[in-house]
Amino acid sequence: MLERSNVVYVYDGTYYGLMCCVFESFYSHEIPCAIVADSAQQLSMLPPKFIETDTDKAHRVMRSIPNKISAKAEELVKLCFLSQLDDKELLILDFLKKGYKYGARVVYMLADDTVNKISKAVKNLTNEAHHFKGFVRFKVYDDMMFSQIEPKNYVLPLIKHHFCDRFPNESFVIYDKTHCQALVYKPYSSAIIQVDKVDLDEPDETEMKYQQLWRDYYNAIAIEQRYNPRCRMTHLPKRFWGDMTEFQSPSKLISKQKAES
Amino acid sequence: MDVFEKLKILTGAAKYDVACTSSGVDRSSGGVGVGNSTACGICHSFSADGRCISLLKILMTNYCIYNCSYCVNRRTNDIQRAAFTPRELADLTMNFYKRNYIEGLFLSSGIIRNPDYTCEQIIATLEILRNEYGFKGYIHAKAIPGASAELLHKLGVLADRMSVNIELPSQKSLQLLAPDKSKENILAPMGVIRDKIRENTTDLVRYNHAPKFAPAGQSTQMIVGATPDTDYQILNLTESLYNKYKLKRVFFSAYMPIGDNPLLPSKDTKPPLLREHRLYQADWLLRFYGFKASELLDEKHQNFNPLVDPKCSWALSHLDQFPVDVNTAEYETLLRVPGIGVNSARRIIIARRSCLLRFEHLKKLGVVLKRAQYFITCSGKITEGLKITEDIIIRNMITQSGMRFADELIQSGGYSQLSLFNDNTKVTAGDVMKCLSGQM
Repeated sequence: MLERSNVVYVYDGTYYGLMCCVFESFYSHEIPCAIVADSAQQLSMLPPKFIETDTDKAHRVMRSIPNKISAKAEELVKLCFLSQLDDKELLILDFLKKGYKYGARVVYMLADDTVNKISKAVKNLTNEAHHFKGFVRFKVYDDMMFSQIEPKNYVLPLIKHHFCDRFPNESFVIYDKTHCQALVYKPYSSAIIQVDKVDLDEPDETEMKYQQLWRDYYNAIAIEQRYNPRCRMTHLPKRFWGDMTEFQSPSKLISKQKAES
Repeated sequence: MDVFEKLKILTGAAKYDVACTSSGVDRSSGGVGVGNSTACGICHSFSADGRCISLLKILMTNYCIYNCSYCVNRRTNDIQRAAFTPRELADLTMNFYKRNYIEGLFLSSGIIRNPDYTCEQIIATLEILRNEYGFKGYIHAKAIPGASAELLHKLGVLADRMSVNIELPSQKSLQLLAPDKSKENILAPMGVIRDKIRENTTDLVRYNHAPKFAPAGQSTQMIVGATPDTDYQILNLTESLYNKYKLKRVFFSAYMPIGDNPLLPSKDTKPPLLREHRLYQADWLLRFYGFKASELLDEKHQNFNPLVDPKCSWALSHLDQFPVDVNTAEYETLLRVPGIGVNSARRIIIARRSCLLRFEHLKKLGVVLKRAQYFITCSGKITEGLKITEDIIIRNMITQSGMRFADELIQSGGYSQLSLFNDNTKVTAGDVMKCLSGQM
């Protein structure tokens, strides 16, 4: 029987690291009261236990998930790791514990608190990723296209295939400002890399022209007699507006870029 | 005229077309050309009226030889006219698509010279996009009524979805308001498209590389509130279009008063948005919930109740079929419970395999208990302390939009406006007062 102990696991923030936390928890028969990533500044009175990331241990845990639970459970855990949930590490640990006990049917136990929270978090992640397939706006430069987004979840891995397949012969960057990551694509290879800051040049006249055409289109397509800002807000909350061309005024855009340079 | 002017005019003229969906096709770019398509469709933005913007919805031209009274582009209407060349339109589409503004193109047109010429213009645009630019994104093209079958075939091979708008739900209204069109004239291309799609599926079995004909199917649209046609007529027509013409979608558009034609509602009439909303709810019930039009409305009840949604309305008049037990009821039965939708019904089926469901579980699964609680039991039990009388149920069934409707009604100081929705509504004005008295 595993017991909850007064210890905080600190890991390196990677998926492998988390798998080692799972290994440690089972190996030393304890459940930590928190699992935190190294980078997350956490003030705690409890003793931290630093978990080394060991590829062998991680692989043992990772192999066991499809073998002892199911491929679907593996997918759920991987996706949950990309979600914005604060205590996702602890939930994943609890989910795996239940998985080893109940087997494949754990993913269907939607009335269970842990499983319910995880499937809601995953739903939230996949929904947001789907939104960004539409809400990403590219600015076209001479040799590449650039886009900035501010998602709550780590959506880049989920939208990677979509955009690489959509623009196979273009070079583009999608910069996730929230998590300081960027999806970089050049025909025909892609990578997600860590990026701290992005400096943008002012786009050229052609780009400005199409931005203005899009704003004109956006304004012309609405039917005035049906004006319904509440409905728009439901489908397209304000947090997305900042990075979308149709909500930027042309002058502001230029002055903003001047200030940045 | 520059492209900015043209865009404004020809977008303004196209905005009354409702369809802006990009669903129904899964297609990869395969590494060549530009673009792909996702079966579920993708919304790229939402306009100030709350409608989704997925496609560049635009007219080839707003010049038109017809004079349909309900249409802004009618020949006798004094408005600014413009026309795109196929090249201009293809370039605009590619540039918008590259910036991820849109999922594809929805191309329609006023009729210039004759239907065939108009159709050729649309085909020319799509040929530049598909063949020259290697565009693999979504294309929705309007099938021009009266164009030759050969041209329609060409169009269908280039486009993903085709549509022919019915606009007016009955032959009588059509004769009155669109004297240049007839029922046959509209239904004929619809039948051609249906047959081509059917033919195409057998071709695809025989030859793997047979060109696909309108793989995302066809849709149509009807104007609501321009003519005295009732919800009953509209819904029956909708159902038969789904059954006979295998349509993917039927869209409804609340009539926006645009002219002073004495045959049409006056200019200060408010668009019947709530009625349109109720029709869409019923449309969903037909497509995903296994309802038949005859269950929702009949000769005696020709219009939907503005206060409660069609499913609640059905449940309230079939109280003998409730309550149902969430732990044993079949999927189809669960779908008929107000407050349980497709998603929550599926989750219930999955979750109840591993444990007996109680009310607190249902909330987690996404069931709207406020409405559902009157119609369900969990292993034979009802919610603790729940009082069930018809009054209480009706009060809790009134939707937010229904509430707003009632508010406006009371503020405007009378029930005379109810006649807008026909006086055959199941809940009378007196009932409204009774239901609302508890909340106001």
